[in-house]
Amino acid sequence: MSTLSSQLPVLPVLLPAATAIVLLMLGDNDGSGHDHPRLRWARAVALASTALGGVIALLLALQADTGVLAVYRLGDWPAPFGIVLVVDRLAALMLLLSAAVALPVLLYASGGWDAHGRHFHALFQFQLMGLNGAFLTGDLFNLFVFFEVLLIASYVLMMHGGGPQRLRVGLHYVVLNLVASALFLVGAALVYGVTGTLNFTDLALRAPQVPPADAALLQAGALLLLVVFGFKAALAPLSLWLPATYAASSAPVAALFAIMTKVGVYAILRVHGVALEGMAVPLLLPLALVTCIVGVLGALAAATLQRLVAWLTVASVGTILAAVGLAGPAAWSAAMVYLVHSTLVVAGLFLLAELVAAQRGDVGGLLQPAAPLAQPTLLGLLLLLAAASSAGLPPLPGFIGKVMLLQAAWGHAWAVAVWVVVLAVGFCTLVGLARAGSVLFWKLLPDTPVVAAGASPRLLAATVSLLAGGVLLSVLAAPLTAYTDAAARQLGDTAAYARAVLPELGAERAVSTQPYTGRRPAAQAPVAVPLPAAAAPTRGASQ
Amino acid sequence: MTDVAPLLSMEFLLASGIGVVTATALWLLLRGRSFAVVLGLSLLGYGVNVFIFVMGRLWRDAAPILSDGSRLLADPLPQALVLTAIVIGFATTGFLIELALRSNADNGSDHVDGAEPVAPVPPAAHAAGTAENAR
Repeated sequence: MSTLSSQLPVLPVLLPAATAIVLLMLGDNDGSGHDHPRLRWARAVALASTALGGVIALLLALQADTGVLAVYRLGDWPAPFGIVLVVDRLAALMLLLSAAVALPVLLYASGGWDAHGRHFHALFQFQLMGLNGAFLTGDLFNLFVFFEVLLIASYVLMMHGGGPQRLRVGLHYVVLNLVASALFLVGAALVYGVTGTLNFTDLALRAPQVPPADAALLQAGALLLLVVFGFKAALAPLSLWLPATYAASSAPVAALFAIMTKVGVYAILRVHGVALEGMAVPLLLPLALVTCIVGVLGALAAATLQRLVAWLTVASVGTILAAVGLAGPAAWSAAMVYLVHSTLVVAGLFLLAELVAAQRGDVGGLLQPAAPLAQPTLLGLLLLLAAASSAGLPPLPGFIGKVMLLQAAWGHAWAVAVWVVVLAVGFCTLVGLARAGSVLFWKLLPDTPVVAAGASPRLLAATVSLLAGGVLLSVLAAPLTAYTDAAARQLGDTAAYARAVLPELGAERAVSTQPYTGRRPAAQAPVAVPLPAAAAPTRGASQ
Repeated sequence: MTDVAPLLSMEFLLASGIGVVTATALWLLLRGRSFAVVLGLSLLGYGVNVFIFVMGRLWRDAAPILSDGSRLLADPLPQALVLTAIVIGFATTGFLIELALRSNADNGSDHVDGAEPVAPVPPAAHAAGTAENAR
């Protein structure tokens, strides 16, 4: 048991990877219909594995909640030279959230979407592997690798189902992300070149010691990373790709992507909130508020329900990043609560949008009068619930997150701006969803029969469970906020991370590799690992 | 240091080389054609890879990994990072080429928007285009 529990941190990465390989070996349905035996097997394996992943995430969260920082050294190389996985409260929370989104989404996709293209389940597992790895890693370059894993799976998933529209948007999505990846490498290389480390914990200790001459380079690296993470998170002005991409994706894929923007938020919190503290904070808050405004204006102007939900994703990311930008444990706790809630609600809304669109015949998600829906009461109530929750009406969890955010902003220099924007965005969200709801459910074409059958119980169960999960957070608000408060306090405790991740170094002697000075290493500060001393006079580095 | 002409130092050659390759890549990326974009991304990858490598600094007379203690050690980590970046870049380029071919075949155009741009755009046509985009 002790062996298993010591290996627990790596399982969220290994399990989806192994499952994906099994699913690839199991083979594809070859487009031969919904009930091909192989597809049934693939569904069963994928669902079982994702559920198991949820159990593992829960175990990790319970373990993290005791305050333990579980550090898993890959290949048992000591940090900062080896790569580590770190499970703290925040990472465990994100793992749990990704499992909580993935399971209903997979259930929904098993209702038929997975038969519309090849290798859906294997790609889904690869995406989960990338997500979990990105949440667990304690190393900047490893974060890049896991970003690539989740992105390359998302490229294919985004185009799942095919069609010229998806192909067109998909090409844009792929090219933009590849450029962002190149920027990520430049940013990571700059950070490494200046500090001599890529380990988050080590970075947090080294960044304040960077000599003033190199500080500008480090700042440039940090801001390049902000561009990359901001692009993933859809931070304005890098958010314009998101609505087209998410609206063009099939519903389960878009719902899964709801957590992909949060990977960007998570990376900003990890890197710019803690490791390179203060490097981007003056920029982050104004940009986040602009993101909120852009997102909600887009939602008000959206022509289809899917686009409206996609723009709401942007607005919610803006709200979370505003909390991240406020900095400090209270604001970060608010960011986490709102992040959990908005991810669940947005994912549920993407599924709901398709259920609604499917019952409106050829009009689909267009916000125009059409034939009545087969299940107007149920779907209408679900939309009402989601709208109230994302607008932040009490007693729904969106309200709790926003109140925490407003309280955290109190006394901050930007307090007035934060209050105005967050409250106005909540109001406009409500207006946008109310407008959509009244068109969808009440503006019916006269004398038209119901054109479609009701949604199958499986699709409904998946949608309801996501939205109900969002509401359940209200009931569990006390434990959740206690957890996120502790997680935010833990994040700021750099010394504790140093003790856990870098036991050999300790907080005082954080010099990890040879930072370049142009002089011989012998003339430098103490080097932690005994490199062979350059005793003989050499010409040194070319300059 | 002093025995090298300043303008022809290794740093100058590498920095200007990275700059030229990256600038070319940017120019290619801003072309609307998928083939040019693929080339641009590949070039950008080369520029970035050399940049990562250089971030380990340029060492002369330095041992790559092991040393008997009498010589300087070059930084081996950027070489490992570059290797990873090359592998990932190779895979994504392969995927992108396939995607560009598919887009060309399905849409009958190698433009990244999947359709030939209408040029010059009169105001009315532009309005129609945005309406279509909104859909």
